[in-house]
This record gives sequence, C-alpha cells and structure tokens, in this order.
Amino acid sequence: MASLWEYANPKKFIQTTDRLLPWLSVLAAITLVIGLIWGFFFTPDDFRQGSTVKIIYLHVPSALMAINAWLMMLVASLVWIVRRHHVSALAARAAAPVGAVMTVIALATGAIWGEPMWGTWWAWDPRLTSFLILFLFYLGYIALWAAIENDDTAADLTSVLCLVGSVFALLSRYAVNFWNQGLHQGASLSLDKEKNVADVFYHPLLFCIAGFVLLFIALVFLRTQTEIRARRMRALLARERLG
Amino acid sequence: MMPDLGKYADAVLSSYAVSIVLIIAMVAVSVLRARKVRAQLDEVEARSRRNG
Repeated sequence: MASLWEYANPKKFIQTTDRLLPWLSVLAAITLVIGLIWGFFFTPDDFRQGSTVKIIYLHVPSALMAINAWLMMLVASLVWIVRRHHVSALAARAAAPVGAVMTVIALATGAIWGEPMWGTWWAWDPRLTSFLILFLFYLGYIALWAAIENDDTAADLTSVLCLVGSVFALLSRYAVNFWNQGLHQGASLSLDKEKNVADVFYHPLLFCIAGFVLLFIALVFLRTQTEIRARRMRALLARERLG
Repeated sequence: MMPDLGKYADAVLSSYAVSIVLIIAMVAVSVLRARKVRAQLDEVEARSRRNG
C-alpha cells in the first residue's frame, strides 16, 4: 500500500484526486439529495417543534462540518509545521472557505430555527457565541492567507492561527457540556439511544451528514488541486520576471 | 406532494433556500476557479516551454 506521504507530492495528489473526484461528486450529490428529500418530504413533524424539526437535516450536518473542517485544517497545519509538505498547507487553505460557508449555514439555520422555538434569533449562549467566534477565525484565516505574498510565510502564520482557533472549534462542540445556562440543547446525536433523536429523524439525518462529509471532501480535493496549480503558476511567473 | 408545514412554513422554507443557495454558490465558485486557474497555468506552461 502506498505511503500517505506519497500524496505530499503535488503531481501524485492531483493524479489520485482526479480519479476520485467524479465518483465522490456523484456520491455526494446522490446522498445529499436522498437525505434532504427523505427528511423534508417523508418525515413527520415533531410533537413539540412541529415542522421546524426539518431544519435539523441542514443545521446539524453543517454545524458538524464547520467544526470538523477546522479540525482537518488543524491536522494539515500540523503536518505543514512538522514536515513542511506544501500540499498539506494548501489543503488547509482550500478547506477554509468551505468551512466558513458551513459555519454560515449553521448560524443562519440556527437563527431561523431559534426564532419560533426560543422567541429570539440570537442569544449570547455559549454554543452560539463560540460558533460566531469560530466564524470570525475562519474569516481571519482566509484574510491572512490573502494578505501575505510569500506562500511559506503565509502557511506558517496561518498554521499558528489555526492552532489558536482550534480552541474555539472544540469549545463550539463541547460548550453545551461545559455551561448549562445556554438556550442551545445538547448534542442531537449520541451513542446513548435514550439521548439520540428518534429513528424516524435519525436515518435521513445520517444520509444528510454523509452527504455533507462527501461534499466537503470533494470540494477540498478540487480546491486543493486549484491551489497547487495556482502556486505553480506563481512560481513560473516569478521565474519569467527574473529571466 | 408538498408537506403541510403549518405555521412554521416560512422558517423551514427559508432555511432550505438559504442553505441550498449557499451550497450551490460554493460549488459553482470552486468549479469556475478551478477551470480558470487550470487554463491560466496551461497558458503559462506553454509560454515557458516556448521560451525555453
């Protein structure tokens, strides 16, 4: 089996992801469409939340991906710091806008869901606040990459920012467990069947989560390829200017 | 076919609309940029090959 580090070679990464991308994209689209159609059209209303429970199929997967995208960026940043593989730094860069969009979806659907259920669009609740801070970290991370011309310096500084932001990524996941005074409920998914959402909501939710995960992977592969090509183009243009 | 969403129809439909628009926009921007950068790189590589 090929070593994982082989994919640190940009050519090898592009070759492999080129083969995987069409399959991943189709699988992501199918899973997402099945999950959303099942959840929207074929699940009952909740006895307390009425039809707003259908928002769960967008809110939970996007919130999950908002946090896990940052954690993926953390791993990629650590690989850059330790092993100086450019592909890992570029993969972190490629994931940031996707994670930011996931955070916006989670915040927007949460606010829309919160208004009829809590009577307010927004509250300075621990989970909501840590999610907002996570979103600001995403914006800062994207802006820092854009602001620094030298790719290696940008990768170094954004990796440090990513390490710091990981505190908020984890906090947004576990905030409801640390502080009980917030409006936000505990996790919707649990290994404990008693705490988990009912099966009728759970199965389509699993499809939606799988769809969001596959969509994220497909987008990160595509965007990392783009970042690799953009980096090569900058290098060639710099050589042209010198020559 | 459309389920009866009752008094929460606005909330549910707007959640789906916002999310689907954002997802489609994100995919479209990623695909368009990928194509653009690929074409630009091909051009720069061809030029640098010509110039030796």
